[in-house]
Amino acid sequence: MVFEYAPAPESTKIVDLKNNYQLFIGGKFVKSIGGKTYKTINPATEEVLAEIIEASQKDVDLAVKSARKAFKTWSKLTGSQRGKYLFRLARIIQERSRELAVLESMNNGKPIRESRDIDIPLVAAHFFHYAGWADKLDHAGLGKNPSPLGVAGQIIPWNFPLLMLSWKIAPALAAGNTVVLKPAETTPLTALLFAEICQQAELPDGVVNIVTGAGETGKYLVDHPDIDKIAFTGSTEVGRLIAQSVAGTNKKVTLELGGKAANIIFDDAAMDQAVEGVVNGIFFNQGHVCCAGSRLLLQESIADNFLDLLYQRMKTLRLGDPLDKNTDIGAINSSSQLQKIKELAESGTKEGAQMWSAPCEIPNKGFWFAPTVFTNVSLSHRIAREEIFGPVLSVLTFRTPDEAIEKANNTPYGLSAGIWTEKGSRILEVAHRLRAGVIWANTFNKFDPTSPFGGYKESGYGREGGRHGLEPYLKAGK
Amino acid sequence: MKSLLKIVPEQIESFKPTNNKMLHDFLNGLPGVDKVGAEERGAKLSIRSIKTTAKAEGIDLSIRMIDLTTLEGMDTKGKVKSLCAKAKRPDPVDPSVPSVAAVCVYSDLVGIAKENLTGTNIKVAAVATGFPAGRVSLAAKLQDTADAVSKGADEIDMVIDRGAFHEGRFFDIYEQILTIKEACKSAHLKVILETGELKTYDNIKKASWIAMLAGADFIKTSTGKVQPAATLPVTLVMLQAINEFERATGKIIGMKPAGGIKTTKDAMKYLVLVKETLGDRWLTPDLFRFGASSLLNDLLMQRQKLKTGSYSGPDYVTVD
Repeated sequence: MVFEYAPAPESTKIVDLKNNYQLFIGGKFVKSIGGKTYKTINPATEEVLAEIIEASQKDVDLAVKSARKAFKTWSKLTGSQRGKYLFRLARIIQERSRELAVLESMNNGKPIRESRDIDIPLVAAHFFHYAGWADKLDHAGLGKNPSPLGVAGQIIPWNFPLLMLSWKIAPALAAGNTVVLKPAETTPLTALLFAEICQQAELPDGVVNIVTGAGETGKYLVDHPDIDKIAFTGSTEVGRLIAQSVAGTNKKVTLELGGKAANIIFDDAAMDQAVEGVVNGIFFNQGHVCCAGSRLLLQESIADNFLDLLYQRMKTLRLGDPLDKNTDIGAINSSSQLQKIKELAESGTKEGAQMWSAPCEIPNKGFWFAPTVFTNVSLSHRIAREEIFGPVLSVLTFRTPDEAIEKANNTPYGLSAGIWTEKGSRILEVAHRLRAGVIWANTFNKFDPTSPFGGYKESGYGREGGRHGLEPYLKAGK
Repeated sequence: MKSLLKIVPEQIESFKPTNNKMLHDFLNGLPGVDKVGAEERGAKLSIRSIKTTAKAEGIDLSIRMIDLTTLEGMDTKGKVKSLCAKAKRPDPVDPSVPSVAAVCVYSDLVGIAKENLTGTNIKVAAVATGFPAGRVSLAAKLQDTADAVSKGADEIDMVIDRGAFHEGRFFDIYEQILTIKEACKSAHLKVILETGELKTYDNIKKASWIAMLAGADFIKTSTGKVQPAATLPVTLVMLQAINEFERATGKIIGMKPAGGIKTTKDAMKYLVLVKETLGDRWLTPDLFRFGASSLLNDLLMQRQKLKTGSYSGPDYVTVD
């Protein structure tokens, strides 16, 4: 080996971890009423980071009551007053960005390069964006003086813990709602640090409440009679349960669920950049991305050459310590997720697909899965249909643009898609015919607070981000 | 000729364009370069963290890869002499510092450089073919090259005719490179694309291919006389062209970014780019060079810093 990179670990000293965390209700950290506790770990080392409360039904009720109380005053503030708080939150997030990034990587397993350069800057950007909207709601497309809904119950996933929090909380608060948010069971720590930031920003008590826990706690929140709106990001399976549970109630719902995105490479694509885009599409955040480009659709005439380039590139991916600044692929978030990925990968081999994994050294402790490509995949294989939510790419080929579009759309999901071609007219035509909420052309996995995000079909409904992201939190004005 | 992707390596091995249209068609069949994607990749690789042992190795490797250059109208024998002394022993107080790869001068100074480097492995590179603009007749270019070679130049850094490129006379450039390559005899040929005048990444990729097809041993970004000179994304695109060429023909081509690379930090970024685009095999002075003058002193200062723990300052390295 020549010029082997020396370890470059980011220090964890900046993070002040507590042994036990409480619930954040009414602007204070409070004890649980009868809730059990569980331990949250670092998935890269399996070390226990802290003890977390599994909020009880009584805790959730208290949180909703506190949000309801705060709604009476928060919704009466002028938009510019609410905006002031949101700007303040955004600035504190920027000031404490390193602390947030390190903590996110510790609890989630994602590389520090991503939490530092992508997650946390986007979190701040979302708060800045919606801070700007707070006094401009008349321009949200919902008539003059649109009004907030009330109390929003928000349930977020573990793949982008703080980013998903910002997607939920920023528009809700800008529109004048108050929230009760439940972070994912395995990644509660940055949400609890955000609670501290709310205190630091002197956000009025009860505007943001954070209850930790697992599925049961989420169910209490969804079923609570005094909730006006449920926003959920997570699996299609749970999304379905939520939709059933709120059917026949007054609760508004937005669901951002799974995906099985097609990344379509035409023969006239800029090859080296397309290879990079495929890598970024499926191996970003260990493939724990609902909009990941998990189905690679390659034009048959270039398939072999493209795959050679892809394997060459994948051999340079660096898997390991998420806190090392040169790590590209971090840890799988949990043992159960790792099992799910392994199970689906095994099904791929069993059903006749060919597996190739990048030659990575897998650490002894923690949960890891090497970046993997399946070729000889047919559309009927499970790995071509089910969301794996891991660093596993399924490769399919096509002969004509029509066939590419047909195969890309042949999925119960419809969250995102990618098109790679140097031909502008083809981008427009194909994008028009793809049934997916987000379509990237000659790039992939790009996020911006001004751009709406959401899916078709089993990928859910409602949009988050931009002006569209305000609509789920507002009633039309007169 | 169709797109490269449809050509088997044996075909491209024997690919000899015989007219401009043939070469155009071939180059147009190559995959294009997406500007946004190429720049993004360059930026992403530039944030690799190179510390401690990696930095120490990278510094010595970079020193060994330098074409220590002086290309001024005011160059004198004395200047070249002292440059050669510096090339042999970059840090007078520390004999553990390796020598540089080559000394790069105008062709009339090749003899003096050669004289002062006898008994070393340091090569003498000469810029030729009407450097830097290349706006002289082919006869003059050949004479320039032959002069340098006859005085013992080990390497010739030629410039391409950028005017011809923008006029679409790719075949003329190809033929000129072929002719110069012949005049080089056993000397290695580096072909300078002057990427700052080619402007687009697609052009840079095409020019890289013309040079490689015509027999360049190295492709080089710039003369150093035009801004922008070497940049990370330009170098990335050229490295990817080298990769594509190797995969198609099995031939290994070297790379030389030149101009504007001044700091150790810059040098580390280029090494990362090479390592992660072409692999460790290219991390040798045989296949990668830095065309630079002031870079060496920054490398020396950083080397001293790593050894002693404190910065010495510019008075503790020699100016030439």
